[in-house]
Amino acid sequence: MSEEQKTVKAIDGPTRLEYRYSPGRASTRFLRGMEQKKILGQKCVGCGRVYVPPRGACARCGLPTEEEVEVQDTGTIVTFTIVRVPSQNIEIELPYCAASILLDGADIPFTALLRDVPVETVRLGMRVQGVWKPDAELGPSFDNIDHFTALDEPDVPFEKFQEHL
Amino acid sequence: MSEPQPLSAGHVLEYTYKRSVGPVLGRFFTSLRDGKIEGVKTRAGRVLVPPMEHDPETGEATSDDWVEVGPGGTVTTWAWVAEPRDQHPLDRPFAFALVRLDGADTAMLHAVDAGSESAMRTGMRVRARFADAPTGGIKDLACFTPEDAE
Ligand SMILES: [Zn+2]
Repeated sequence: MSEEQKTVKAIDGPTRLEYRYSPGRASTRFLRGMEQKKILGQKCVGCGRVYVPPRGACARCGLPTEEEVEVQDTGTIVTFTIVRVPSQNIEIELPYCAASILLDGADIPFTALLRDVPVETVRLGMRVQGVWKPDAELGPSFDNIDHFTALDEPDVPFEKFQEHL
Repeated sequence: MSEPQPLSAGHVLEYTYKRSVGPVLGRFFTSLRDGKIEGVKTRAGRVLVPPMEHDPETGEATSDDWVEVGPGGTVTTWAWVAEPRDQHPLDRPFAFALVRLDGADTAMLHAVDAGSESAMRTGMRVRARFADAPTGGIKDLACFTPEDAE
C-alpha cells in the first residue's frame, strides 16, 4: 500500500442543493411552444422589444409583456467565445464556440452552442440557424434546439445589431 | 391567450468539492478507517475528539500526543430527527447527539440509532458502530447505538 493510500489527505465534501423550479407563466408558454418547434417571445407594450425567452415583464420599462410573437430559428451572432478549457459535466469536444445569438424577430440575445463550424471562422454578424432535435426527443425544453450552425448568407453589419448586445 | 398550467421540474445545484483535511483530521480519519477513534492532547493535557490543530481555549497548537478513546461514550445532549432526509446519516428516525467518548474531554456531534425517541436521554451510554466498508471519512463511524441494547 502506498503512503497515499495509507493516510487520508482529503474527503469528498459536496455542496448539494435540491430545488423544485417553476419557470412561471411566461416561460411555461415558451417551453410549451418549444415542444412544437415554435419559438414564442413576448413583446413589450412600452418599447416594443421582443423578449425570447420571455420572462413576463420588460426589464427596461417594468411593464408586463403581454403580446405573444413567434420568432424564427434563424439569427445572427452578436458576440461569442471560444472555449478551450474543459469543465466537469460538459462533454463537448474542445475547442467549441459558445455564441450569443439574436434570433430574427427578437431583441434580446441568448447563449447557445455553435457546431460544425471551424472556430477560427466564427465572427460577429455571422448568420446561423438552430438545429432541432428529432421530433421523438422534443420536450418542454430549451434544449430542443440542440445547437446552432452556420447559414450560407451574407454577414449582418455591426450597426444592425449593436443595440442588441 | 389561454394560460397553460405553469411547469415545474427538479433542479439540482451541486458543487463536487474535495476538501483537504490537513495533518490532524487526516490522522483522525485514517484511524477511523482502521476502526479506531483517536483524540489529540492539548498542551494542558485535555483530550480533544474530534482532534483539532489548535486548542480552542488558548489558540496554542495541540501536541503530537494522540490517545485512543471510546468506543463507549456518554450522550451530553441530543435532538430527535423524526423524519430523516436523504443526506442524513441514517434512513430511519435517529438522534443527532453530542457524544463524549470515554477518555475524551470534549463531545463530538454524531448520530445515535436508538430506535425511538423514548430510548434517548441525556447521560445515556452509547457505543460506536463502524461502517462495514470504510472509505476514510466521518462516515466510517456509522453511528452510535445505546449500550444496553447490545
Ligand atoms: Zn419595454
